[in-house]
Amino acid sequence: MNGRPPLIEFRNLRKSFGSQVVLDGVNLSIEQGRVTTIIGRSGVGKSVLLKHVVGLLTPDSGEVLYRGKNLFQMSHKERKALKSQFSYMFQSLALFDSMTVGENIGLPLKEKTRLSKTEIRERVLAQMKQLELEDIEDKYPSQLSGGMRKRVALARALITRPEIVLFDEPTTGLDPVRRAAVHNMIARYQGELGFTAIIVSHDIPEVFRISQKVAMLEKGRILFEGTGNDILHCSDPAVRRFIEGDEEPDEEAQST
Amino acid sequence: MTRKEFSDSKNRQTAGAILAQPGENPLTGGAPRDDTLFVVWAEGPCNAKFNNSPHPSFLRNHFPPVPFRQLARDMTQASSSPTDPLALVGRHCLFILEEMGRIALFLAHAFAKMFALPLRAGEVLQQVHFIGLKSLFIVSLTALFTGMVLGLQGYYTLVKFGGEAALGTVVALSVIRELGPVLTALMVTGRAGSSMAAEIGIMRISEQIDALDTMDIDPVHFLASPRLAASIISFPLLTAIFDVVGIIGGYLTGVVLLGVNSGIYLGRMEAAVGMEDVSGGFIKAATFGIIVATVCCYQGYMTHTRREGFGARGVSYSTTTAVVMSAVLIFAFDYVLTSVLL
Ligand SMILES: Nc1ncnc2c1ncn2[C@@H]1O[C@H](COP(=O)(O)OP(=O)(O)O)[C@@H](O)[C@H]1O
Ligand SMILES: [Mg+2]
Repeated sequence: MNGRPPLIEFRNLRKSFGSQVVLDGVNLSIEQGRVTTIIGRSGVGKSVLLKHVVGLLTPDSGEVLYRGKNLFQMSHKERKALKSQFSYMFQSLALFDSMTVGENIGLPLKEKTRLSKTEIRERVLAQMKQLELEDIEDKYPSQLSGGMRKRVALARALITRPEIVLFDEPTTGLDPVRRAAVHNMIARYQGELGFTAIIVSHDIPEVFRISQKVAMLEKGRILFEGTGNDILHCSDPAVRRFIEGDEEPDEEAQST
Repeated sequence: MTRKEFSDSKNRQTAGAILAQPGENPLTGGAPRDDTLFVVWAEGPCNAKFNNSPHPSFLRNHFPPVPFRQLARDMTQASSSPTDPLALVGRHCLFILEEMGRIALFLAHAFAKMFALPLRAGEVLQQVHFIGLKSLFIVSLTALFTGMVLGLQGYYTLVKFGGEAALGTVVALSVIRELGPVLTALMVTGRAGSSMAAEIGIMRISEQIDALDTMDIDPVHFLASPRLAASIISFPLLTAIFDVVGIIGGYLTGVVLLGVNSGIYLGRMEAAVGMEDVSGGFIKAATFGIIVATVCCYQGYMTHTRREGFGARGVSYSTTTAVVMSAVLIFAFDYVLTSVLL
């Protein structure tokens, strides 16, 4: 695109769980400083794809390159350095349920920086304010509503000001106002910090507004790759069906 | 369905326990846990890819997976024949050995991280509070009754050959050398060990451990090391309290109830118990602390690799296994340590 190698590149990535093939040769590149959105039906393997980037899953074959370097051949040290730039928001949120909201959000800072307690608290509060999470610092995740929990996870992912953020369905289940707020926040952060984001989302077409690239995962491969506008005007029947929310025709009709 | 967990867990020692199911396509259906022994080495080389070793496809060329799967299946089929008890015993022994090896590696990791920065002193203190202080009551109660029974039993045995003057010695030595460390460890396993396994197990199945990992926080350092340190501190201290309360219990039945002379009970005890008895008991206690913390944290940590159950059921199996395995290891190591220390 701009002559530079992409920040992250999936090359022919394959992953199966037992006999179930989930990723069947995924090729995709993620450019630095851009927001890339991955769409696709539930259960198609979007989360599995993201987990390869942070090393929670290892591919059966193929590779994930970071600035041209294979993630799975890096030394321990290199991986550690990389991890500190990444942030991952789990679809299941994975909040620490025995810690308060404040502790949850502050943990990455407490563990990975030399900031003092008061500095950490200030940053946590600022982050919470931004996500409209005031006055719940001392509550536990189980005492919050689903939408609040989602925003706590978001706050925890963003608190370290990471360079690369992977959001696994950050807006699913939020009301339209909050959804827009999250989108705006991601866009604003990207403007301010210039981070690279990969978002898994079902908010079509709203999420296209903030993404520079959209990729659709289907049957273990990237079926479509382009801008939000492209995909909205794409003529591929499978893409159209997904965008328009039509039901899948049965397998036989499809195989033609 | 456990395949993923086996091939992708952060603990790559277990990776690859994927395939063999006797009499079935190795790629479908879950195999019972002990049928997977062969596959571990078959897939083993691929696990090394995180450690800067050759590319997986290179490995694939040199270790083509299909023949191995075939081999694994053949071997499992051959050996899992129910009519061959020898193979069954062999498989179980291999499995136990393998598991012990993994636990030892886990211990080494957790132990090394005990001294790594950040030291997590606050967390250690909190665990000492939970493992140590909160076990105080139950340990004292156990000690009191144990001492009282020893006083009774000891008295009626000794009185048969007129040796009731040795009651203090008998009670003190059995409590300090043997019963103190062992019973303390067993009680704390039930109280604190089970909760370690359950807590870490729940963190595992709700992806909290994965979340730590993505934050570049070593989960073993974060979760296991403080518990290990706290156990090494707490177990000897609890044992010391058990010893004292146990001796008092013996005093209650022996002296107060049955009329052994108080001066003789205490005086003979003082003369007979040496420092090596006390320090031996503490060595045992510290060892048991290491065993309990390691086994319980390990079982919780590996909850996702269990094939008998998922989710809440998996956590319950982890907890049960942790307690049973801790208890068995406590007895086994008690024997070993006793024979070494005596
Ligand atoms: N740990 C696992 N073990 C076995 N199968 C898994 C595991 N994780 C995901 N899968 C399977 O992979 C497929 C893709 O899952 P996922 O990536 O979570 O879908 P989604 O696109 O909705 O995020 C699903 O069919 C799921 O059953
Ligand atoms: Mg998902």
